[in-house]
Amino acid sequence: MNRVVAAVLGVLRGLLVPTLSIICGFAVAGVAVYLSNADPIEAFTALFQGAFILHNALPETLVAAVPYIFLGLAVATGFKAGLFNIGADGQFYVGALAGVYCGYSIQGLPAVIHIPIALGAGVLVGGAYGVIPGVLKARFGAHEVITTIMLNHIAYGLSEFLINGGPMRDPHASAPRTPFITPDAQLPILLPDSRLHLGLVLALLAVPLIWFLIERTVIGFRLRAVGLNPVAARAAGISVGWTIVLVMGISGGLAGLAGSDEVLGLAHFMPPSFSIGYGLDAIAVALVAKSNPWAVLPSALLFGALRHGAAFMQFQTQVSADLISVVEATVIIFVAAPALVRWLFRIRERSAVPASFAAQEGV
Amino acid sequence: MGSALELRGIVKTFGAVRANDGVDLAVEWGQVHALLGENGAGKSTLMNVLYGLVRPDAGQILLDGSPVRIAGPDDAIRRGIGMVHQHFMLIPVLTVAENVVLGHEESRQGVLDAAAARRDVDQLSARYGLEVPPGTLVRDLSVGLQQRVEILKALYRGARLLILDEPTAVLTPQEIERLFEIVRGLKAEGKAVIFITHKLGEVMAIADQITVMRRGKVVATTVPGETSPADLASKMVGRPVLLRVEKGPAHPAGVVLRLDGLSVNDERGQPAVRDVSLEVRAGEILGVAGVSGNGQSELVEAVIGLRPVVAGRIELQGKDVTHSSTHRRLEHLSHIPADRHRMGAILEMPIFDNVVMETFDRRPFARGLIRMLDPVRRFAARVIKEFDIRAESPDEPMGSLSGGNQQKVVVGRELSTEPAVLLAAEPTRGVDVGSIEFIHRQLIRRRDAGLGVLLVSSELDEVLSLSDRVAVIYRGRIVAVLDSEEADRDRVGLLMAGAA
Repeated sequence: MNRVVAAVLGVLRGLLVPTLSIICGFAVAGVAVYLSNADPIEAFTALFQGAFILHNALPETLVAAVPYIFLGLAVATGFKAGLFNIGADGQFYVGALAGVYCGYSIQGLPAVIHIPIALGAGVLVGGAYGVIPGVLKARFGAHEVITTIMLNHIAYGLSEFLINGGPMRDPHASAPRTPFITPDAQLPILLPDSRLHLGLVLALLAVPLIWFLIERTVIGFRLRAVGLNPVAARAAGISVGWTIVLVMGISGGLAGLAGSDEVLGLAHFMPPSFSIGYGLDAIAVALVAKSNPWAVLPSALLFGALRHGAAFMQFQTQVSADLISVVEATVIIFVAAPALVRWLFRIRERSAVPASFAAQEGV
Repeated sequence: MGSALELRGIVKTFGAVRANDGVDLAVEWGQVHALLGENGAGKSTLMNVLYGLVRPDAGQILLDGSPVRIAGPDDAIRRGIGMVHQHFMLIPVLTVAENVVLGHEESRQGVLDAAAARRDVDQLSARYGLEVPPGTLVRDLSVGLQQRVEILKALYRGARLLILDEPTAVLTPQEIERLFEIVRGLKAEGKAVIFITHKLGEVMAIADQITVMRRGKVVATTVPGETSPADLASKMVGRPVLLRVEKGPAHPAGVVLRLDGLSVNDERGQPAVRDVSLEVRAGEILGVAGVSGNGQSELVEAVIGLRPVVAGRIELQGKDVTHSSTHRRLEHLSHIPADRHRMGAILEMPIFDNVVMETFDRRPFARGLIRMLDPVRRFAARVIKEFDIRAESPDEPMGSLSGGNQQKVVVGRELSTEPAVLLAAEPTRGVDVGSIEFIHRQLIRRRDAGLGVLLVSSELDEVLSLSDRVAVIYRGRIVAVLDSEEADRDRVGLLMAGAA
């Protein structure tokens, strides 16, 4: 029983800083709204209505949250192993390309086979795209931040090439885009008269799965050990290189799944410029969630709500939808600087003992 | 000489723990005051109170006879209190002089006056016989010299009362002797020195006054003339302690680890281990004595498989493992790393994860890819009990344990896999007396049960008291292998210095 209470208290304590960071984010954004001669209360009310209250708002917010869940898990998994996967956006892209290709090129398969193939293709291609920076790091020590940024640009260029005039362009369409996927590759709609698709269920399943992978499997132990102390991990016989490659593969696979899920569930085709910077938002999602798979869920929902609610806010109050970028950025800054939040709200650390000393003396 | 510092009735509690429970301490100018106690006795808390890092719940601090409130480290420094931390706070890529003046620089129109800094540091260094080259980069200095830079830093900031926190933990016997000379020089200049340690021999050698702490309280205040190491040890631990390791003769059997002409390079590609041939037999402890930095860490890393072998062979139980992975070797080999924070443990993880660092993927701790946490927890609870680890539960984070208990977790983990060979590198570094005694007894017990132990330690006393045979390493070469009867302190000491 005590353990349960302690666990609950631990969770609440963990929520404190992210929650306060979000409040700070809105406060700063509110100031920005006020300075641009609008009413912050009105703007945020509209944002909230747009995200949750209006007709079809909640399903649309959930639709927007689905890729964030996959991508947030992708980035969080990397974080757990000490890897900064900036490349989620590129992996998302190639996953979407693979998904849409399988979606339109394969004909005459029943949905129960076609959909898993198309989604699986996204996982595999995204995973393979994640493995590249993993190998570069494990084998040659190339920093994954640099290589994944570069690979993002390669992915954008690749989709540009394939769709603009290349082999994936629909010859019958006037604008450059891929052909539409076949109806049996489309993800089923969960709620009539909405765009809410099966992807939400998959995303909700991915959360406990990734939690289990990280916390309860041998692979998860290796990746946490490598993330926390690679030297000790190596001394314990864990292959740091293989672990890095594997983690980047898993992370890329999740991002690739986000991409294929998005084309199969929502767009049903792919224009040359597809993403709206999901990969970067995903870093924010994972940071606010402090890399905890469960926490990715509310975090992704928040970012989905911001994305979706912003349009109505702009329509209703003429406050630019870009305001949510201010909220996002501020939240990230506060999450990244917990000391700042603690100081603002006068929260005391759990003990007054300096950390280094506590470890030394064990009191 | 008058009273430099007086602490009266200092109380500090952290949660349920009374780290300091009415501590009195009086330090005189021109004296060395040894503060003796095991890890967790409250020494560091007391010093953090004095240094302004921790605010006491009750009690008084008197400097030069007048009560003061110390607001923080800056305030402490202004009042002439200097602290040399166990873990140095130096910037490796800056020179000695730059490190010393950092934060208190002299400048000309905002430009650092490097010449003045170097001159000041040189003068100070000469005055106290520290002999540190001011223009050298700190990263190129030995540990002993780096420590002197820390002392210089404190003196440069005007310290009159110097706190040395476990200053000998990382030093060689020769460096310790030099440190003692420096401390005597400081004394002669009228400075007061608080010398925190758990090493009894050092206390007897250097202290004018001795205060012994146990569980947050002062249990004895004495002078070296009126006490003995055994007396101090029993006061510190609270029960009589065997300072000498009791062991019977070894009954060595077949060779379990053979190194044949082993050569290994260091990080910079320079030869660190040269043509080393050694044999460890089952049921014996082969000690490697040497001043640290003579190739010991490279030797250990090569045997464990973390460092490539340039030439030679490593055989484990008759099998060539020269190019095997660490994972493969760990099936028959256990390893107590010299640096447990860096290599031996993951402080953020709970104890139960730390005890299965090498076995987490084997039965019964995993089935396929799924970890079985119940067996892991049970195993951890067993290790905690068997190795007398002071922890509330297996779920406690490793980082919240004291150094001695962390080391016991590592030792417990390494011995519980029933290895054929144990590679023990500095197995008791930074560990309290009670834990040292315990770990030594465990090593002997396992030796008697047929374990082959390669013990690498820079504590000469440890090597001499535990080993059945002693190999001396100097500049990467084994210069002698002696039976324990012929290995006396003087002879080994000379070999360690390369003088034989």
